[in-house]
Amino acid sequence: MAQTLYDKIWQAHYVGQRADGNSLLYIDLQLLHEVTSPQAFEGLQLARRPLWRVNANLATPDHNVPTTDRDKGFSGITDEIALEQVLTLDENCKKFGVEQFEINDPRQGIVHVVGPEQGATLPGMTIVCGDSHTSTHGALAALAQGIGTSEVEHVMATQCLVQNKAKNFAINVSGRLVPGVTAKDLVLAIIGLLGTAGATGHTIEYRGEAIRALSMEARMTLCNMAIEAGARAGLVAVDDTTIDYVAGRPFAPKGDQWDRAVAYWRTLVSDEDAVFDQTLDLDASQIAPQVTWGTSPEMVSGVDQQVPDPDAMSDAVQAESARLALDYMDLQPKQAITDIKLDRIFIGSCTNARIEDLRSAAAVIRGGHVADNIKQALVVPGSGLVKAQAEKEGLAQIFMDAGFEWRAAGCSMCLGMNPDQLGEGEHCASTSNRNFEGRQGYGGRTHLVSPAMAAAAAVAGHFVDVREFG
Amino acid sequence: MQAFTTLEGFAAPLDRANVDTDQIIPKQYLKSIKRTGFGDYLFDAWRFTDPGRMGMTPNERSLNREFVLNQPEYQGASVLLARDNFGCGSSREHAVWALQEYGFRAVIAPSFADIFFGNCFKNGVLPIALDAAIVDELFSQVADGLELCIDLAAQTVTVLGSEKVFEFTVDPALKQKMLSGMDDIDLTLAESALIEHFETGHRERQPWLFRD
Repeated sequence: MAQTLYDKIWQAHYVGQRADGNSLLYIDLQLLHEVTSPQAFEGLQLARRPLWRVNANLATPDHNVPTTDRDKGFSGITDEIALEQVLTLDENCKKFGVEQFEINDPRQGIVHVVGPEQGATLPGMTIVCGDSHTSTHGALAALAQGIGTSEVEHVMATQCLVQNKAKNFAINVSGRLVPGVTAKDLVLAIIGLLGTAGATGHTIEYRGEAIRALSMEARMTLCNMAIEAGARAGLVAVDDTTIDYVAGRPFAPKGDQWDRAVAYWRTLVSDEDAVFDQTLDLDASQIAPQVTWGTSPEMVSGVDQQVPDPDAMSDAVQAESARLALDYMDLQPKQAITDIKLDRIFIGSCTNARIEDLRSAAAVIRGGHVADNIKQALVVPGSGLVKAQAEKEGLAQIFMDAGFEWRAAGCSMCLGMNPDQLGEGEHCASTSNRNFEGRQGYGGRTHLVSPAMAAAAAVAGHFVDVREFG
Repeated sequence: MQAFTTLEGFAAPLDRANVDTDQIIPKQYLKSIKRTGFGDYLFDAWRFTDPGRMGMTPNERSLNREFVLNQPEYQGASVLLARDNFGCGSSREHAVWALQEYGFRAVIAPSFADIFFGNCFKNGVLPIALDAAIVDELFSQVADGLELCIDLAAQTVTVLGSEKVFEFTVDPALKQKMLSGMDDIDLTLAESALIEHFETGHRERQPWLFRD
């Protein structure tokens, strides 16, 4: 029977059923960070259980780490509760023998940037992490899912996840994105069409000409936000772009193993006549740069549009949600998106902090300077290696010359667990993934955009259409 | 895990769609390395008008009297009545821990986000998906006091004081797990031989996945 890519990976990892009827899925790699692992390690210790397979785990601290004073290591963390959490990860990794990229290791970074960068993420793998943006790794045709802490502990102890198979959702994207429009705009547009629950219970496979034309980094951006459409996992089939990306990375197979792996990876595509439970078709060439105006990623418009009018919405629940959102965001119905004034700029996160994202933002700046009304413009690379690469290419200097702050790697202002946060009432153009109330700081107002749009907004002081900028 | 068999209690309403786990428990409390201590911070930015910090008690905070859960009639509620896509966003299990510690043992909504839904079943909190029309009906009655009896074995929600009984669906395997309250890891480790057998074959098929 014809299979989808998801069906194939599922089948290759299906262990069987427990006595109580629950299905077990084998997990090849668990990524760990400091926030969702301590209770899991504690649970193991209390029950005196070992890790099922130590080498199937890889850790790095990312959520809490400060993006300044990194040369001080642990003592650069001034928040005592955050410090305890980062130290706990360190102790647990040492106690259990888990490989960790420590706080001052050049390979440290956001776990979803680090995995692919190291070649720890491989096509056809099953990957879990106690973080919903684990879907990022699906760009390499790995079935990667965010899980809760009880599941983290369960995978540590059993190498399996208790799970029912999801349904298949095909998102077919024809045409090509126009210059200035990126994978971030594409995925925001998709979420706008589907809604934040549109793909609940499904695994998304992004398909079509527009997807094949995307770089691996752009595919990661796309898969990263699958969860924002409700899907636990997003996937892109293997092609030359995938194989070329993985080749030569530190954890990638070598020699004969490589050839054997590649031969298998080439099969990781949906069969031509595979049946999907749901489909969405769209044309990439019709997509404009996107900006979110509300407090859910589905509340999004083209930059050339206006903030919608809740009174004009036919669905009562949707209208009420929009009213609450506009009140929180302090925006007026029918206000032009380009009239939204900004206070801070954040370029970073597991969505958009890879080298290509930084190149794209730096290209827009072209000698410009951060506008006077912008209190702070941050660039936070996704990993120490991305940071080093950007410095080598002169991108860091472009940012600093333009008035951006150039920081060390971590999750940073995407969720404001470290000191990088929005002040109350401040508007931020952010390349992150969630515009929820208070996400980036208490009372903060987040607008999700691409790196190029964030850079243009930094220079203009408000949103501008990057297609016409400069 | 605490088993879930039956629950009798009254409901409190949260009339918003797409309530995300950042709202259920904000980030500053995720720095804890414990599984407990989150109940005081449930819906923190809505329950209080001041920004909170880990370690603060509700007495030190400024209460938002307009927020529904702060209203006297909903104190002690054990069922949360919610809207579509409840629990979307971050995978943080702290959201379920906070709901449970606050006193909620069940959440009724038209739909739930996947990861939150799964996390509930790991903690003995029962998420019940009912048709939107039924949820609407329950919302319309909640202000007058909505006492419910939830019976997981029978898969029913009964409105006490009326003859209304709503049936709900639940995955049979998940249901069994909730009713027994048995440790999930023990249940899986009982299948160790099955896992080892799979692992041996998997290693032969894809040796590059094993660094050991």
